[in-house]
Amino acid sequence: MAAGAIVLPVSEARRPSSGFLADAAYRIRRDPPTVAALAVFGVLVLLAVAADLLADHVFRWSFTKQSILDSYSKPSLAEPAFWLGTDQLGRSQIVRLLYAARVSLFIGVFGAVVSLVIGVLAGISAGYFRGWWDDVVVWVVTTLNSIPQLFLLIIVGALFTFPPPIFAIFLGLLGWLGIANLARGQTFALREREYVLAARTIGASPTRVMARHIFPNLAPLMIILAMTDIGNVILAESALSYLGFGIQPPVPSWGNMLTGASQFISRGPWLLYPPGTLIFVTVLCLYLIGDGLRDALDPRLRGQIEAKR
Amino acid sequence: MGRFIARRLVQAIPTLLGVLVITFLLTRLSPADPVTLAFGGDPTVTAEDKNGLREALGLNEPLYVQFWVWATRVARLDFGSSFFYHRPVLQLLFERVPNSLQLSLLALVLTVVIGVPLGALAAFNRGKAIDHAVRVFSVAGHAIPTFWFGLMFVLVLGVQLRWFPIGSMNAIGKDADVLDRAWHLVGPVFVLAISGIAGLPRILRTEMLEVIAQDYVRTARGKGLGERAVVARHVLRNALIPVVTLFGGILGIFFSGSLIVETVFNWPGLGRLTYEAALSKDYPMLQAAVLIASTLLILSYILRDIAYAWADPRVQFR
Repeated sequence: MAAGAIVLPVSEARRPSSGFLADAAYRIRRDPPTVAALAVFGVLVLLAVAADLLADHVFRWSFTKQSILDSYSKPSLAEPAFWLGTDQLGRSQIVRLLYAARVSLFIGVFGAVVSLVIGVLAGISAGYFRGWWDDVVVWVVTTLNSIPQLFLLIIVGALFTFPPPIFAIFLGLLGWLGIANLARGQTFALREREYVLAARTIGASPTRVMARHIFPNLAPLMIILAMTDIGNVILAESALSYLGFGIQPPVPSWGNMLTGASQFISRGPWLLYPPGTLIFVTVLCLYLIGDGLRDALDPRLRGQIEAKR
Repeated sequence: MGRFIARRLVQAIPTLLGVLVITFLLTRLSPADPVTLAFGGDPTVTAEDKNGLREALGLNEPLYVQFWVWATRVARLDFGSSFFYHRPVLQLLFERVPNSLQLSLLALVLTVVIGVPLGALAAFNRGKAIDHAVRVFSVAGHAIPTFWFGLMFVLVLGVQLRWFPIGSMNAIGKDADVLDRAWHLVGPVFVLAISGIAGLPRILRTEMLEVIAQDYVRTARGKGLGERAVVARHVLRNALIPVVTLFGGILGIFFSGSLIVETVFNWPGLGRLTYEAALSKDYPMLQAAVLIASTLLILSYILRDIAYAWADPRVQFR
């Protein structure tokens, strides 16, 4: 058994290639875990987008509506809004979960985009220009890596209060280190290729070389990292919100819903399961999609990214 | 070897400097006024008192002067005294550091004890059910939020089944009881270790598959060495070397995780102290906690590099 060798399934080896994206889509369709993860994630996104509609027409209960008489109702099928029970203020758990999904997914995606942009820009430019700029980037990355992430997050969370979009940018500002490292390493190798030399010989500017000749080679890797990064940002957001330094009530997030639930752990144990399960399932789907995309976009990357997590 | 260690220590200086600058800037740029916080909302405080303290703390000086004054005090290990406890910060922190190290080191041991066999099992059963099971466990272990996993542990095994205590380090009146301490350690250590236990097998598996394909493994088999000896002496030993480099990163995750685990399990360590300092906006305490946690992490990176160089004779001491 030769390790590292890529053995294509027979069906695939026989199939004529039909373009990069079509090939990738073909491989994803034949990968049940990825298809399942995509389906579950798609449903979650749809539910989050439809939160207003569902709250108005199905549950008939807004996410801020309180009903003290119904506080700590156990989950019951009697009324749709009480399917997952109510919290200490008698708010509908299921409606709040839907709105929290919106907040958590938005922050995850937005934060990941921010860290992807910074990571790619810093990584490629450091790898391409080298010299003092590379030293600066490496120094910043090493320094930020030397502060345990949650300690940094909590000190900022304690001293500043951010509205959700700024909070997402802030989480993105801390998540780009791994992306930059990977982009920098790949650029080191890519900049020595003949086509880069050819482009430079005919007078292409550094910006053009980086954007047109180096970045496209990194793009599949970056798409894969983006998926895992959304998951990582959601995990960081929920942990910070749980500790009380992230998304502030009354805006619900899966993390801060657990803060209230954990203070009265024996009063309403049913409040503890759903938010955590949703975080877990969402992040699990994103990681699985990332894994599936890696195999679909570039099977050679197997193992390279595993070391990253 | 001595020169190698000295070099690594010198290389840590700019990193440490960066951490100092970040910590300083974050606390100075914050909109909250440290003088108001230091008095803690005492109604008898006059504007003159505030100005006096502002002058005493040097807050009227330009930023770079403030940084210099603060950095030289930190260099002498003087972090000031806590706004909340009114005691020297360093003393408070050093009382807690051993409790946190206890958690992190035990979590590291647990990671190795569970992670190495799992990774080896997966590698030797490549493509079989065990391999897939380990893969699923790995991804799931990464995706589970640590704080929620801790809450579930407390709720199910602590509150509902009453198998484990739900917080603190010892039962009341049993401060010196080792067994009681071990019983209290199970939850926090296991919850803290889960990300490491999930991560290690995947990387070890990749490394082992690479080593198994090497010529020297074939030679060892060819000369008639038993399978067990091949695995122990050739495969595992070589595959574990790169895994050592992981320990630095894993310890970093554990330091971060300790903040959450110590809060969930009510464990009196550095993480919980930092969390409480953040709640009460205790500036000196926050600064010192971040600096000490970062220094511990930088030291563990250096230790990792030394261990790596020591374990792998091919690494040149540069």
